[in-house]
Amino acid sequence: MLENYLPVLVFIGVSMVIGAVMVALGFVLGTQKPDDEKLSAYECGFEAFEDARGKFDVRFYLVAILFIIFDLEIAFLFPWAVVLEEIGMVGFLAMTVFLGILVIGFIYEWKKGALEWE
Amino acid sequence: METILNFWNWLGENFILAQILIKIMAITLPLMGLVAYFTYAERKIIGHMQVRMGPNRVGFFGYPLWGLGQPIADAVKLMFKEIVIPTGANKFLFLLAPMLTLGPALAAWAVFPFDEGLVLADINAGLLYIIALTSVGVYGVIIAGWASNSKYAFLGAMRSAAQIVSYEIAMGFALVGVLVASGSLNLGDIVMAQQGEGGLFSWFWLPLLPLFVIYFISGVAETNRAPFDVAEGESEIVAGFHVEYSGMAFAVFFLGEYANMILISALTALMFLGGWLSPFPASWVDGVWLLGDGFHWLVLKTLIFGFLYLWFRATFPRYRYDQIMRLGWKVFIPITIVWILVVALMVLGDVLWWA
Amino acid sequence: MSFEKFLFYAFSAVLIFAAVMVITRRNPVHSALYLVLAFFASAGVWLLAEAEFLAIVLVLVYVGAVMVLFLFVVMMLDVDQAAMRAGFIKMLPVGILIGLLIAGEIFMVVGPGTFGLDQVAAPERLPADAQNTAVLGSLLYTVYMYPFEVAAVLLLVAIIAAIGLTHRRRGDATKYIDVAKQVSVRKGEDRVKLVDVPSEEKMELK
Repeated sequence: MLENYLPVLVFIGVSMVIGAVMVALGFVLGTQKPDDEKLSAYECGFEAFEDARGKFDVRFYLVAILFIIFDLEIAFLFPWAVVLEEIGMVGFLAMTVFLGILVIGFIYEWKKGALEWE
Repeated sequence: METILNFWNWLGENFILAQILIKIMAITLPLMGLVAYFTYAERKIIGHMQVRMGPNRVGFFGYPLWGLGQPIADAVKLMFKEIVIPTGANKFLFLLAPMLTLGPALAAWAVFPFDEGLVLADINAGLLYIIALTSVGVYGVIIAGWASNSKYAFLGAMRSAAQIVSYEIAMGFALVGVLVASGSLNLGDIVMAQQGEGGLFSWFWLPLLPLFVIYFISGVAETNRAPFDVAEGESEIVAGFHVEYSGMAFAVFFLGEYANMILISALTALMFLGGWLSPFPASWVDGVWLLGDGFHWLVLKTLIFGFLYLWFRATFPRYRYDQIMRLGWKVFIPITIVWILVVALMVLGDVLWWA
Repeated sequence: MSFEKFLFYAFSAVLIFAAVMVITRRNPVHSALYLVLAFFASAGVWLLAEAEFLAIVLVLVYVGAVMVLFLFVVMMLDVDQAAMRAGFIKMLPVGILIGLLIAGEIFMVVGPGTFGLDQVAAPERLPADAQNTAVLGSLLYTVYMYPFEVAAVLLLVAIIAAIGLTHRRRGDATKYIDVAKQVSVRKGEDRVKLVDVPSEEKMELK
């Protein structure tokens, strides 16, 4: 089994190296003449007032948290889907209950307006 | 021929790493070429859709050749451009971000089967590997937005990250549906499960029609393409997360985006349209040249989805952000959850004609 | 040393290096990114133990989802570095005490007394074509059905808690779009309203 993963490991390495080489190539071939104006952050002609990184709407966190929960759900669904024919109706009902419980949560967030953007 | 084959086997036995590297190059280099000419196709096709000519000047050896030299000229131009790193930026992360976009888009091809048995790494958990890699792709966007230390980049990154994660759920559920129907995580097995006497009616697109549509649309949203391109909406936030990027650093982002589009197209073709399988039932075209199963069918199907990407861009106006989030959470997720259970019942009840 | 062993030590070295960097970097974003690296390295170690499902799910769930949330938080919350460090020396003894306690607990659970090849026999090697996703699945949804459903309840609690903590509706001034209402607008009656306006009287120009 492990020998099947060797090409994967090499491929991940190679694909990172390709990106690195291309950026490095840009540094070697391109002219580098930085000056203050060029290096300032793009802001419609104004000087930047403050650090660009700041507080942000809490709803983005909510999206990220809900994403984690649904991602876990997907992780639970994968082994289930693979062995569905083996575990038959029992497995199907187990998953129906599982999804049913989570659908309650989904309906809750829907009704609460957590999925609402204005 | 014989000697080449012998040399290949000898290489595999003694220098397996060298053999793997050659295989990887055999996948990556054509892919890069495809990406380059995909940008050309985009400009040409959208041009014609808008009754323009598209690029038609840059050719080879003094002949214009319908502008076929354009992508190469663009690449050379970008190579000689300055890479500007803004003052407030975090240098290392700023340069790491484009690599993190391109890396997963390329590495996903490691488990992609091009024909029966023609796959670099035949791992059991192929589908799982693909979905894990696509979930890593969001890092390039987030890190680029944060490292640039620019308001536009930051806004674009936040919008884009929330959008990508939202559509990833719908995508994941759609893939679970495929998994239920095929019963295997191995991409090659998924294609073989679609083989049947019905020809193109044995493929998964028919029983999984809602999931098929949702998967491809989510793929469009996942790659930040029109009509879901609020992340780079040029009329609102200039170019989104990659405003500050120039030269090769920008080119790598660009490559990553297009490589991702091709990947999504190819995966859709593989999982819903039977990959390399011929649309005709095997008994009809037995032995007929080019009509049987083969790599060319996979290419053709991939190109269809690639064309759809461009068609969408030329046709649809950009979605509003609240509409995007509504579509992902309130439409796609409920449909996919219901359809997974429907497919499961179909499999258990042996309703499916291929099982 | 076999190649597998070399990989094991390589992944472990990266893992330990990344873990040390997580707790020593001053910039929280860097710490979070080192944590991502640590997850990748531990996925590699798990893969070497032939737990392919767990290894890839570790990347999918932790790198792909949990760390995205972490990054959102550390990137967007203005954490006041000085205020955080203010009580460092004062709290140091308590911190060390808790650290030692946890280290002791971990040692008691997985230390040489209860763990290791002489305590637990090495598991049998799976046949080459075994899919541990399938093996896991055939147990999880039948034998361990009850804990599985409990996991669903936990996730439900997590959903409700997340919404309870972070969700607040804005004031009444904010307008929400009700798509159902939008779609149900009829062309004739709802969109156009025909009003009879009595014609004005002519004004005399002077």
